[in-house]
Amino acid sequence: MSNIILKIDNVQKSFGGLKALSDLHLEVEEGKVHAIIGPNGAGKSTMLNVCIGRLAPDSGTVTFNGQDMIGKEPHEINQAGISRVFQTPEIFSDLSVLQNVMIPALAKREGAFKFNMFRSLSNETEVNDDALHVLEDIGLIDQIDVHAGSMSRGDKRRLELAMCLVQHPKLLLLDEPTAGMARHDTNRTIDLLKRIKERGMTKVIIEHDMHVVFSVADHISVLAQGTIIASGTPDEIRGNPKVQEAYLGGAHL
Amino acid sequence: MKAPTLKKDLFVMLIFSAVILTMPFWLEPLGAGYPDLLQKFAIFGIFAVGYNILFGLTGYLSFGHAAFLGVGSYTAVWSFKLFTMNVLPAIVLSVLVAGLFAAIIGFISLRRSGIYFSILTLAFAQMSYNLAYSVLTPITNGETGLQLAKSDHRIIDRLFSEAGEGLPSTTFFGLEMSGYSGFYFCAVLLIIAFFISQRIFHSPFGIKLQAIKSNQTRMKYTGYNTRPYLLSAFVISGMYAGLAGALMATTDPLAGAERMQWTASGEVVLMTILGGVGTLIGPMLGVGIIKYFENIFSAMNEQALHQIFAFMPDWLADIVVAITSPFVGEGWHLTLGALFMIIVIFLPGGIMEGIERIKKLFSRKTEKPVQQAEDNATS
Ligand SMILES: Nc1ncnc2c1ncn2[C@@H]1O[C@H](COP(=O)(O)OP(=O)(O)OP(=O)(O)O)[C@@H](O)[C@H]1O
Ligand SMILES: [Mg+2]
Repeated sequence: MSNIILKIDNVQKSFGGLKALSDLHLEVEEGKVHAIIGPNGAGKSTMLNVCIGRLAPDSGTVTFNGQDMIGKEPHEINQAGISRVFQTPEIFSDLSVLQNVMIPALAKREGAFKFNMFRSLSNETEVNDDALHVLEDIGLIDQIDVHAGSMSRGDKRRLELAMCLVQHPKLLLLDEPTAGMARHDTNRTIDLLKRIKERGMTKVIIEHDMHVVFSVADHISVLAQGTIIASGTPDEIRGNPKVQEAYLGGAHL
Repeated sequence: MKAPTLKKDLFVMLIFSAVILTMPFWLEPLGAGYPDLLQKFAIFGIFAVGYNILFGLTGYLSFGHAAFLGVGSYTAVWSFKLFTMNVLPAIVLSVLVAGLFAAIIGFISLRRSGIYFSILTLAFAQMSYNLAYSVLTPITNGETGLQLAKSDHRIIDRLFSEAGEGLPSTTFFGLEMSGYSGFYFCAVLLIIAFFISQRIFHSPFGIKLQAIKSNQTRMKYTGYNTRPYLLSAFVISGMYAGLAGALMATTDPLAGAERMQWTASGEVVLMTILGGVGTLIGPMLGVGIIKYFENIFSAMNEQALHQIFAFMPDWLADIVVAITSPFVGEGWHLTLGALFMIIVIFLPGGIMEGIERIKKLFSRKTEKPVQQAEDNATS
């Protein structure tokens, strides 16, 4: 039994009368790719929002690396080692691609606050190299001077992924990283996810595209109506009749 | 969009310094080469360059920065009254006190963003303005304004010499603060202020401020505690305003509460937007244009207009004068408003955007022949 890096225990979250998460339990093993699937509105994004401190749960606990994450500020959670790719890309639209990646790299090196107004950004060679390295990896190296806001949707997603990867997080949360991508870009992203899997970074990936899920996941959990209804290896999930019924509607896997 | 190297920055600094220090010469033919106006350029330049560090980099629109200007002026005059007519302690004290004020006001105002932040800063500035006229009159001398008096202590000056006849004047170790020497003193401080602003723009700290402007949510989930970044920018810009306020008192040792009025805060917003928010040089251009035209237009009257349009037939001149006269003299603010509207509608990035567009136009023209040559080669 290997180490549990993220543990969500008994989390409840309601929006008005709507129960978005009810009695949610989830354990993510270190070094694994853990996929979360489930129908629209199941509460998948809400679950990630609770993990990164964007939403406070009504009750329950989130433990990361042995530390309680509830009540921590978003930046503290990131500094503890969790980075997230959002469902709609959150990037710095007014800055260049390279700057977009240098900023998270600086956060990793300098921490939550550093007052260094007399240093030159052009002298930050290590941060610059880190950023270039990741951009090379992700295939955006020929766009480093491009205005991030003017990129295609697929490229924005990849840029956001690069911004997370440059931080070498212990846990990477991906909310539909291939949504809206062309097939070609989706395949590139799958390749990239497989490659970084070998580096032992733990990932939680929310994905609707079953092709992506079954290509990269070690473990799959099915979320429906705010709670996990099934959890297991890809083969177990594929054969689970409950899953077929509740989520896949008998769709061919 | 690559970060400029230190070498390039220094080159820009060199040119900037040369342009500023030669202002008395090249502004002479434009009728603006006299010390009073030159000092204004330099002082408001410092104010706007500092304001741009907050508004330009973080996007937080403060409507209360005139409060720090006023605090700077009062502090400087008190330093002249209590300690010495030397401007150095006055300036240092003003910057520190304005910074302290900015830290308090910023700490509270930055709990909100967007329009709520702007309203909070405006409320604080108006509060300071009203306090200066009421409860704080022992410090501000109310409507009369704070002035030098023969009975002032000036304890440091008294150590060295007896009080002379009449009121003493401000000096920088003997250098008079009026006339051209006063301008050069302000100009050197402007150059230092600009240099610091340039360093901030091109530092990791500065790029993070720009990232906050672009997407504060992303910044938080990227591991940054954004509040201290914003507060630092707020305090720095408050200190710049304090410096500008001190220099106003240095060139004319008088401080009144009208310096804190919201119109004064609005003016620096106009200057920054007119020149180009978030650009290094833009705010300076905005200051130059507004102060220059204020000087010309506000001094004009109907008679002057008749002289200008004397070449026209009388009936036409009368009509033109009737149309233009509301825009000059007291009506200068009407011109300013119209100018501002035109800029915001057609050039939201200010004059700097205009310059960029012209540059692009030219570079496209020069690129064309190359393109053609390639076309020829392939055909
Ligand atoms: N901030 C919020 N305020 C109110 N309701 C919310 C909020 N966030 C989510 N919800 C609601 O909670 C439910 C779960 O939403 P969530 O975004 O977590 O679903 P999801 O599983 O990510 O769906 P999708 O696959 O469409 O992304 C939905 O009914 C949604 O409308
Ligand atoms: Mg979602």
